[in-house]
Amino acid sequence: MLELKNITFSVSLEDGKTKDIIRNLSLTVPDRTFTVITGPNGSGKTTLAKLIAGIEKPTEGRILLDGEDITDLGITERAKAGIGFAFQAPVRFKGIKVYDLLRIASGKPITPSAACEYLSEVGLCARDYINREANASLSGGEMKRIEIATVLARQSRLSVFDEPEAGIDLWSFQNLIRVFRSMREKINDSSMIIISHQERILEIADEIAVLAGGTIDSYGKRDDILPTLVGTESAQDACTRLK
Amino acid sequence: MALTEIQKKILAEVADLHKVPVGAYNFRINGATESRNTTANIDIRSKADGSGIDIHIMPGTKNESVHIPVVLSESGLKETVYNNFYIGEGADVTIVAGCGIDNCGNQDSQHDGVHRFYVEKGAKVRYVEKHYGSGDGEGKRILNPVTEVYMEEGSHMEMEMAQIKGVDSTERSTIAELKKDASLVVRERLMTHGHQSALSVYKVSLLEEGANADVVSRSVARDDSKQKFDACVAGFAPCKGHTECDSIIMDNGTILAVPSLEARHVDAALVHEAAIGKIAGEQLIKLMTLGLTEHEAEEEIINGFLA
Repeated sequence: MLELKNITFSVSLEDGKTKDIIRNLSLTVPDRTFTVITGPNGSGKTTLAKLIAGIEKPTEGRILLDGEDITDLGITERAKAGIGFAFQAPVRFKGIKVYDLLRIASGKPITPSAACEYLSEVGLCARDYINREANASLSGGEMKRIEIATVLARQSRLSVFDEPEAGIDLWSFQNLIRVFRSMREKINDSSMIIISHQERILEIADEIAVLAGGTIDSYGKRDDILPTLVGTESAQDACTRLK
Repeated sequence: MALTEIQKKILAEVADLHKVPVGAYNFRINGATESRNTTANIDIRSKADGSGIDIHIMPGTKNESVHIPVVLSESGLKETVYNNFYIGEGADVTIVAGCGIDNCGNQDSQHDGVHRFYVEKGAKVRYVEKHYGSGDGEGKRILNPVTEVYMEEGSHMEMEMAQIKGVDSTERSTIAELKKDASLVVRERLMTHGHQSALSVYKVSLLEEGANADVVSRSVARDDSKQKFDACVAGFAPCKGHTECDSIIMDNGTILAVPSLEARHVDAALVHEAAIGKIAGEQLIKLMTLGLTEHEAEEEIINGFLA
């Protein structure tokens, strides 16, 4: 269970003033749930994801994972504590192979066939990718799926996906939905947070949290929240994002 | 051949050798030939004046290899060695040369190897050269290799040159001349640290139609080390040439990249690229989210980059 308690995250502006990106936000993500955090652009979704992964530190408030205070832990410690994080824009590396990323992610030496399992789960033909460099030769959709495979390989208690649909084509998006549906089915004791304003992803959610102006505007079961969002910026259909 | 543990370690580093190799070889240890083997197709002879060896590979020799590692484990040894390679028409061989210096003393140790390759028509050569230094003495470990490659029609050569650790000072000079349809691929890997300095100069001349060269250097400069990469590809005929220098700079390192092109024919297609940058913060963060410490992440990034 992840608990965010009264989180505020402020940044300094050029004129010396400060601005709250996240403002007194509290949210509890229970185990075994698939939670989608949505909200309009600029509502603080990505910042919230980074705060959970430890990439940013809150100005105020505490973050608890299974009752343990992880607020002061860095990125590495949080990863070791069981938090996985998939970047909105996957990072590319010259010379590091897809297999290396999966090996690093799993935290132990793994056989190529084990690495291939993770690639298969995200719909990539493992044989074609395992020895490819995770560099600019891979497309946005391919990198996105490899990014998700690295998070799967960590087998984290809590995985955070920051806008998995960003920067990919419609064809890849359809595949991505399949991947997330399958992950939802295999969630077991772990839990997942997806930052997204795609209606198709919101449809998979157990719980939906709506972020507005840096704080939780509404939170509840999918069937209660989703109808209130359809047609708004928080729940776009697949074509809207292409405009 | 009785080797000390240090000599064995160096051989493993520079030639991936853990035992006496199969095929032709010449081990040069502390200034003298320690051991040699020739085969029906590959002959190795010492030059009459003792300045080095001549390696003759018979035309049509296939799938054979030549290992010519050099080990310096005595402090204060300085030598210049001239080795000539004659690769016969249609041969397909691997040549592994490497030099390791272990210097525990206070005097500088230096090996300057001059390698000349005469690659005949249609021959294929894979050349692997690794340089390595170890030992905790005050004396420097210095390697100044000179490589000259003369390629006849339709020949192909791949050169992998790596210097990853422990060499204090290096000045590498490589020149290549390619005739009709000859192709050359160079992959250089270089890492410097401490107060080391490295200079690598290439001059590749594409003399005749269809000649093709691809010269790529990847390097990492750490601590207070200095590097200069100076590569010129010259086209004298309809040909293709590409040179690239890609570097990671860390700490107080200095890198000067000077890729250059010289076109002497209207159909010479020549391209150069150079990029120098630090390790991107987002690369470190990504690997840290996978459970690595910042230091471990840095090592993975460098190891991958130089692989």
